[in-house]
Amino acid sequence: MPPDDGVVRVLRDDLTLDPENDPGLSDAEVLHLYRHMVMTRLLDERLVALQRQGRIGFHVGSLGEEAAILGAAFAMRKNDFIFPCYREFGAALMRGFELGVFVHNMFGTAKDTVRGRQMPDHYTCRRVGWGSISSPVGTQITQAVGFAWGAKIRRQDVATLVYFGDGATSSSDFHSGMNFAGVFRVPTIFFCRNNGWAISVPVTRQTASRTFAEKGAAYGIPGVRVDGNDLFAVVATVRKALDRGVRGYGPTLIEAITYRMGGHSTSDDPNRYRGSEVLESWASRDPIGRVRAYLEKRELWDGAAEERLIAEVDNEFREAVAVAERTPPPPLESMFEDVYERPPWHLLEQRAQLLAGPRAPSPHS
Amino acid sequence: MNMVQAINDALRTAMRGDDRVVILGEDVGRVGGVFRVTAGLFDEFGDERVIDTPLSENGIVGTAVGMALYGLVPVVEIQFADFIWPAYDQIVNELAKYRYRSGGEYPAKVVIRAPVGGGIRGGHYHSQHPEAPFIHVAGLKVVCPSSAYDAKGLLLSAIADPDPVLFFEPKRVYRAAKGEVPAGAFTVPLESAAVVRPGRHVTVLAYGAMLYEALDAASKAVAHGVEAEVIDLRTLWPVDVATVLDSVRRTGRLVVVHEAPRTCGFGAELVSLVVERAFYHLEAPPVRVTGFDTPFPYSLEMEYMPLSHRILPALLEAVRS
Repeated sequence: MPPDDGVVRVLRDDLTLDPENDPGLSDAEVLHLYRHMVMTRLLDERLVALQRQGRIGFHVGSLGEEAAILGAAFAMRKNDFIFPCYREFGAALMRGFELGVFVHNMFGTAKDTVRGRQMPDHYTCRRVGWGSISSPVGTQITQAVGFAWGAKIRRQDVATLVYFGDGATSSSDFHSGMNFAGVFRVPTIFFCRNNGWAISVPVTRQTASRTFAEKGAAYGIPGVRVDGNDLFAVVATVRKALDRGVRGYGPTLIEAITYRMGGHSTSDDPNRYRGSEVLESWASRDPIGRVRAYLEKRELWDGAAEERLIAEVDNEFREAVAVAERTPPPPLESMFEDVYERPPWHLLEQRAQLLAGPRAPSPHS
Repeated sequence: MNMVQAINDALRTAMRGDDRVVILGEDVGRVGGVFRVTAGLFDEFGDERVIDTPLSENGIVGTAVGMALYGLVPVVEIQFADFIWPAYDQIVNELAKYRYRSGGEYPAKVVIRAPVGGGIRGGHYHSQHPEAPFIHVAGLKVVCPSSAYDAKGLLLSAIADPDPVLFFEPKRVYRAAKGEVPAGAFTVPLESAAVVRPGRHVTVLAYGAMLYEALDAASKAVAHGVEAEVIDLRTLWPVDVATVLDSVRRTGRLVVVHEAPRTCGFGAELVSLVVERAFYHLEAPPVRVTGFDTPFPYSLEMEYMPLSHRILPALLEAVRS
């Protein structure tokens, strides 16, 4: 029997689904989600390798958090908007962001949607309802509230989902966002990936609260804990929160309990601050392994299918990398575009100075 | 009409013309703002468009950015500019950077209104004039009107402009700055300064409440045989550098006046712009008449501020040297 701790769980150890919260996903939907989880993990590995080879500058991965990340996005509708943190590229791809364009972002090329102006993993894709990514922690939370609030004022049926980590619950934007959403009954879903760590700082240094979900009570917002490594439970919990928001009852705080199996980013070495023992217990609850076991038991997946999927993703990724590596960086002039809608006199002047002046040495020469 | 009424009229005009325009702030609703700038708007447009928010500048600006991303045009009131700092991250790292960092996919357009300046016995936390840190931020426009007419025309321009605008209102002259203000929609273009008093001996750059101090000093300078040309910058950034240079090339002398502390104040940039472009036209070192590099004092505020009695000797010195 699972512990009676209020945590929503659906996928049981015997690989059946608890009917109480079963989201009723079709086989095709589970396969779709599974494929994207596998793809996300594979891309994480490949991107880390590219960083280690010095071909890209940075990557911030999602190892171990794939069910939380993809399940939450899957539960949202096409017209809803998602405000990402920076660890959710897999969900952006699932919503229709093209892998090739994502890879352009990782290389900062001229074809990057943000035109090489931000670090890797700071892409944007408005077309699929995906926000713009900021490195400062928590700033997207108030914005997600404002976006859904704006839609509510305009009587449009739009909800927002905002991703953030446990560390962001310490930010002023978490407090302000929760408070405003509570007061104005805004249809925002606050999706906290409690992955145990904010770089090297454990959750015990973020809060003295027993759980992150209970913080909702102070704002008049229901707080729900869900097993973040249980794809079915995540989909069901976010769907319930979305339904609540759409029906005018306001926001929900969801604490998805998961674990960051890798470092904070490629710039981090987690061996400096945590042992490997804890990884073993979390590995036994690997979110991808659990869904794979479920699919295999139902004879919807096997080793051959897995191999084909990996080969497909690898081929597509290799091709995308090859294209990105022969795509030039953004043109010099682009540095001065989009600061304002039209460059004012001082930017025109500085642009002319840059163009007429000497070129910087290549960073790789 | 005074400046408070003119700004109120601009907000009403903008809200009647475009139902995407919403107002957020502390006490802006039922009570109409602590300076009554939003008086009557709550009754006309309701609580979904004139929004009394929780007391959190960071929350106000953060949610306003989100509304702007959705497609509304939020006009935020920060009750006093001194209280803007909790929102600084949202303004600097988010609002100002959104268009750029998203490759143009997410322009974020918010107007942030804030009363600025001293001379109202407000002490350190109701008197600051913090234009310089915002001028320094790529992606923002900064406006500071001095007359009722300009306040309305510039605010309507700011609301119509595609970029985020900080709109600093000189509260010392909120009610003293009176003049004819046309009804309905009209605009004063951003990025254009106005020569408000022509003269041939020295150029004085000022804005907001200090414009009146500069004009007072200029009229007193006449008795000393000095004809000062006074320019109201109106839009601080991007500044109308052509009007400034045209004047300095004629007068050969420059005095810059602002309330904010001197070091790295806007005066430093204005002097640099002139020195870089009109060095050989200058007959004397430029002079800055500013607040001091201290916190804004309560009891000694009239000594702190760069009022006419400090501007006049600076004008005479600039002409004599």
